[in-house]
Amino acid sequence: MALLEIRNLSVDFETTSGRFRAVDGFDLTMEPGGITAVVGESGSGKSVSFLALMGLLPWTATVTADRLMFDGTDLRQASRAQRRRIIGKDMSMIFQEPMSSLNPCFTVGFQIKEALRQHLGLDRKARQARAVELFEQVGIPAPEQRLKAFPHQLSGGMNQRVMIAMAIACKPKLLIADEPTTALDVTIQAQILELLTSLQGETGMALVLITHDMGVVAETAEQVSVQYAGQKVEQQEVRALFATPHHPYTAALLQALPERATSKHLPTIPGVVPGQFDRPAGCLFSPRCAYADDRCRAVPPPVLGPDLGLARCHYPLNTQAEEQA
Amino acid sequence: MLKFLLSRLLTFVPTFFGVTLISFAFIRVLPGDPILVMAGERGMTEERYQALQEQFGFDRPLIEQYIEYLGGVLQGNLGESFVTKRPVWDEFFSLFPATLELSICAMVFALVLGLPAGVIAAVNRGKLFDRALMSTALVGYSMPIFWWALLLIIVFSGNLGWTPVSGRISLQYFFDDVTGFMLIDSALSGQKGAFGSAVQHLILPAIVLGTIPLAVIARQTRSAMLEVLGEDYIRTARAKGLPPQRVVGLHALRNAMIPVVTVIGLSVGTLLAGAILTETIFSWPGIGKWMVDSIFRRDYPVVQGGLLLIAVMVMIVNLTVDVLYGFINPKIRKA
Ligand SMILES: Nc1ncnc2c1ncn2[C@@H]1O[C@H](COP(=O)(O)OP(=O)(O)O)[C@@H](O)[C@H]1O
Ligand code: SF4
Ligand SMILES: [Mg+2]
Repeated sequence: MALLEIRNLSVDFETTSGRFRAVDGFDLTMEPGGITAVVGESGSGKSVSFLALMGLLPWTATVTADRLMFDGTDLRQASRAQRRRIIGKDMSMIFQEPMSSLNPCFTVGFQIKEALRQHLGLDRKARQARAVELFEQVGIPAPEQRLKAFPHQLSGGMNQRVMIAMAIACKPKLLIADEPTTALDVTIQAQILELLTSLQGETGMALVLITHDMGVVAETAEQVSVQYAGQKVEQQEVRALFATPHHPYTAALLQALPERATSKHLPTIPGVVPGQFDRPAGCLFSPRCAYADDRCRAVPPPVLGPDLGLARCHYPLNTQAEEQA
Repeated sequence: MLKFLLSRLLTFVPTFFGVTLISFAFIRVLPGDPILVMAGERGMTEERYQALQEQFGFDRPLIEQYIEYLGGVLQGNLGESFVTKRPVWDEFFSLFPATLELSICAMVFALVLGLPAGVIAAVNRGKLFDRALMSTALVGYSMPIFWWALLLIIVFSGNLGWTPVSGRISLQYFFDDVTGFMLIDSALSGQKGAFGSAVQHLILPAIVLGTIPLAVIARQTRSAMLEVLGEDYIRTARAKGLPPQRVVGLHALRNAMIPVVTVIGLSVGTLLAGAILTETIFSWPGIGKWMVDSIFRRDYPVVQGGLLLIAVMVMIVNLTVDVLYGFINPKIRKA
């Protein structure tokens, strides 16, 4: 049985200037112990999709889905109390900004032990022992002393390790890492990614890695889901995706990778992800797509078959026909 | 921490001299002659008047009088009341507990209602409770104290007869000052009904004095909570699966308290100003009533000394708030 099944997840925000669909029909299936990367530029609705799954969106958000199953529980039917028993325990999440994600008024030790008490009901001594063990596991030196530190006394990388320790405290079945390295120095980024993948290997939890960086994907993921303007535009196994991207957006993201650049300047995709006011008709990528024609600009493209990476495109790339020709 | 304390104490010096000068000037700017006020209706002979002028030193230049006064102050001598002939220092400290008790109770009233109200309003932002509370707070904030006091007196003392209109306790009870706080002393006295009587006397003045701080605290708590509730660490706390009461009541409130404590500290000055009016209305025998009476009697040493001691009190409270601030905000503590 799949660990996580999301079908046709949509999120609308009630804003002062009307309704805005931030996530539009997002799908994802994950097996226990799998690693999936969700890739897309900033503003593609990656964070919102998973905050919706966690139930952490503000009240201005309306979440709908045909299916939202986690570990045998239908999250659409679950009460708030039932959801609270799942999040932070079986399904946990870490965020982009480790500095602001920890409460400045409490020691990191207090914040990590809080999760242990909430879900596992450990007594004081057991909490301390487990917290030390977790800090060791995420590579924080001198754990006993660090537990007494306030977040502002630690570096960004150290705080992200604290966040990871907190997220894996109750041995979750699924860890969602939302751009866990974006706010960190390059050298630290690699360490944190390495830590996440090694923890995934040790514990056998499933891992969702949200990122805007295709480079990160290549090193860590098994499955890749590419998201654009609230929609999934393509999903493939990682090697296949890198070798034969079917959606022009995926191809453009890959072209922007430093090691694939042919000229001195990195080719970036011109334009930005459409927001609330500039959503085009037809294909959402059409204003920026090199292959767009009138049909693209008028008719929303279909979702193609698994052999074409479920691409949402009228004119997919690297098709069988092309290869034979 | 020590350095911080010393630097703060240093800033007190100019304030201290400023207050001595202003209070000295203030009471002399008021029309009316203290000697004539003392003489009252009967009046007095020219010779007697001259003799008293000399005795109090009013015949000398103002600057000389001020320097002499300042000299006394620096030696810890605030002079004696013209009227009672008791040292200003002694009078202040025999009356101060009454004002302190009233102010503390007013503040407790404001906090006990204001903090939860602000929190609930923030959590239910834009809903009926929030809007009702914010309009009420606005009314409370702009309500003239005098009018509010009279309204409460008319309803609760007049119509309902629940509370007395003046004093700190019923005259039938008599016991020694132990702490100077009537609530504590009455309880210690063991006399039946004494504590209840003290509470009855205290309740209206405390509500009147606490109303403005209540409005300020409720509004400040609400806006601080609104800001904090949008922070990333609140999302983290919820992501841990913590129940809402813990997320709001611990993670959010703890951070929201930082600006609220500042506001509480700042409102201590306002509270003492309000105490003067409240004590006068309710004949509460504290510093405020003492100051007002002394202004009417042109009792120069009492007004000067009283204002100075009140200013010192406010400075001490502000310093305490700064220290307290460091305890709630770990970022400041280490800096
Ligand atoms: N609370 C919110 N209210 C309104 N719009 C929001 C809110 N949160 C996110 N959005 C909008 O939803 C879109 C997707 O955001 P997000 O999921 O954060 O993108 P990503 O994580 O892919 O960078 C953006 O256009 C963003 O402005
Ligand atoms: S549908 Fe057209 S515009 Fe959209 S991605 Fe495909 S080719 Fe480009
Ligand atoms: Mg994001």
